[in-house]
Amino acid sequence: MVLTGAEILIQSLKKEGVEYLFGYPGGAVLHIYDCLDQQDDIRHILVRHEQGATHAADGYARATGKPGCVLVTSGPGATNAVTGIATAYMDSVPMVVITGQVPTPLIGNDAFQEVDSVGITRPCVKHNFLVKSVDELAGTIKRAFYLASSGRPGPVVIDIPKDVTAHKAEFKYPSKIDIRSYKPVTRGHPGQIKKAVKLLLSAERPMIYTGGGVIWSNAAKLLTELAGILGYPVTNTLMGLGGYPATDRQFVGMLGMHGTYEANMGMHQSDVLLAVGARFDDRVTGNIEKFCPDARIIHIDIDPSSISKNVKVDIPIVGSISDVLAEMIRVLKETKRKPKDAELKVWWQQIEEWRAMDCLKYDRETTQVIKPQYVVEELYNVTEGDAIITSDVGQHQMWAAQYYKFDRPYQWINSGGLGTMGFGMPAAMGAQFAYPQQTVACITGEGSIQMCIQELSTCLQYSLPLKIVSLNNGYLGMVRQWQEFFYQGRYAMSYMESLPDFVKLAESYGHIGMRIENKADVVPAMQEAMQQKDRLVFMDFMTDPEENVYPMIPAGGGQNEMILV
Amino acid sequence: MRHIISILLENESGALSRVAGLFSARGYNIESLSVAPTDDPTLARMTLVTHGTDEIIEQITKQLNKLIEVVKLIDLTEGAHIEREMMLIKVDAGARDTREEVKRLVDIFRGRVLDVSGKTYTIEITGSGQKLDAFIGVLNKKQIIEVVRSGVTGIARGEKALTI
Ligand SMILES: Cc1ncc(C[n+]2csc(CCOP(=O)(O)OP(=O)(O)O)c2C)c(N)n1
Repeated sequence: MVLTGAEILIQSLKKEGVEYLFGYPGGAVLHIYDCLDQQDDIRHILVRHEQGATHAADGYARATGKPGCVLVTSGPGATNAVTGIATAYMDSVPMVVITGQVPTPLIGNDAFQEVDSVGITRPCVKHNFLVKSVDELAGTIKRAFYLASSGRPGPVVIDIPKDVTAHKAEFKYPSKIDIRSYKPVTRGHPGQIKKAVKLLLSAERPMIYTGGGVIWSNAAKLLTELAGILGYPVTNTLMGLGGYPATDRQFVGMLGMHGTYEANMGMHQSDVLLAVGARFDDRVTGNIEKFCPDARIIHIDIDPSSISKNVKVDIPIVGSISDVLAEMIRVLKETKRKPKDAELKVWWQQIEEWRAMDCLKYDRETTQVIKPQYVVEELYNVTEGDAIITSDVGQHQMWAAQYYKFDRPYQWINSGGLGTMGFGMPAAMGAQFAYPQQTVACITGEGSIQMCIQELSTCLQYSLPLKIVSLNNGYLGMVRQWQEFFYQGRYAMSYMESLPDFVKLAESYGHIGMRIENKADVVPAMQEAMQQKDRLVFMDFMTDPEENVYPMIPAGGGQNEMILV
Repeated sequence: MRHIISILLENESGALSRVAGLFSARGYNIESLSVAPTDDPTLARMTLVTHGTDEIIEQITKQLNKLIEVVKLIDLTEGAHIEREMMLIKVDAGARDTREEVKRLVDIFRGRVLDVSGKTYTIEITGSGQKLDAFIGVLNKKQIIEVVRSGVTGIARGEKALTI
């Protein structure tokens, strides 16, 4: 069948099972839009800013595990998409981004809306392509989806010049793919796995520390099974939340800069550490010199370059998390040796002592002001712990991570690696498209929400009933907190003056707005909002302006050097 | 330590900039880099000289391997290997005594004079980077007009080979 490049693109996306294409039109992609308009299989979602398109596709990917897909025009369309591409890259999110490009004869001439998209995105993609001929198009799309979703996932950009979308070629979508220079490992080394199990069983003060890799590898069930057999405590990174049920007794909370006392102390005093799909990020380790001084470390990761990058490990295992965990469980079930019960009992007593410090306590009962933690806790109650939660970046993000107990993977969606303000609402849109029946709530701050506020318009167009939970403290709270702690309270530019009236703003976009100023109104307001099954509700909670996130490991501190309330 | 990393990569236009970009983005140093297609026109061979601790070199090789276009690589300095670099150097040879002296040095270094003019010699020298440095060292600094070095290339000794 002879088709134009634009038709080939659409047909190829269908072959890849793309349901939604988040995008924004422009000159270089007009042929593609014309084709999109003449079919019904792929739904194009018109955002209001290309950053929104990338975050929405990203949210869709994080909610489903499937690659998100984006279409933007050349030049400013592509540059606007860069923040979202980098966000996805830092958190290993599978995504395919199609950027229009000026026609091939004009490339390099500083043509209208020309930008070197491949050059600009190179450092923040897993891979990218410039399609120079229509004959390469179908094969390139096949490669792009394969690269985005295999191995360690990540965003892939395909830059398509306008003339390529008009040229014709025989369309045949490749059924198989083989890239000689790209062969991600899946099975872990059996010898290393045996060694790891042996070391695990010798542990007296073990800790299981898991990250986003568990979620991307669909290994949450296996992790729960492994932890169940061993009876060891489990902590999650910010990206790993939901990889292990937060309501389980073996879960000691998130670790790292704003992690729980029991998680960080447990890490610090552990003698054997099992790191699974986590990358020893600086927000997790604190001062690397003081990190887990007594621990022998097992590290499972699909990406060899993650191993021994920040922390030297004793038993590295490269492989897909699900394959390796399944093999570990098999070996564990075969061996006659058992975990050291007596020592573990002592270890758990110690952990329970730390837990009893109740490091996340705050003035819940007596205070009259609305505490942000209270809002998140009540959101958890009102949604029965079942909502998909997205967040923006700042204090509210940490409170969301600390107080909403995520019991399943793909339930918690946030920009951990890049920390992109503006991520939350468009990401929630993507998640809502994937799960129209689910409650999707975006926990945000009055600073962050304004970075992609225009997407409220998209939400109206597609009737997305998001629940926006704005913890409005009137400050760029996380910045203010650092200024309070480390700059003697000089609040340089962390005060959000001239805030809009978010109720009116929501209303002007056709949604429901609520301002909640009294603690007593928090729960009723939420209940009312949840009843609005088919409307977006923007809840603007006037929270305690100077509340801080605790515990906190100050930069340069060890894991045992936490500031508590 | 100095390492010579030899890379087989897809002979595609973007591949070189990906390697170069990786080094600048991650703050690794490149002492020299040479690249050209091999007998298989779809493959290019790149030789990269860099410095770093064992940990840094380990990261460099892992990060290079992660680039989709990198097919295979070895760290030549881990085993016995041959290292060669070519230098073209133009020197001032106007005065009779310097002409003689330069010619003698070229012979000692087993170089060749490729081009002669009334005032200059253009010389080719091949060898390890050290040998080329040494040749530059024995010349009078004022004599040197222009230096062009190819960058190091290398190959493992014996039967070991980097092929697909
Ligand atoms: C795009 C972007 N710019 C700047 C920052 C730096 N930053 C991190 S948190 C923060 C404050 C966020 O304020 P707000 O959204 O009101 O949330 P709060 O901390 O008050 O909960 C800022 C400015 C960032 N993460 N992203």
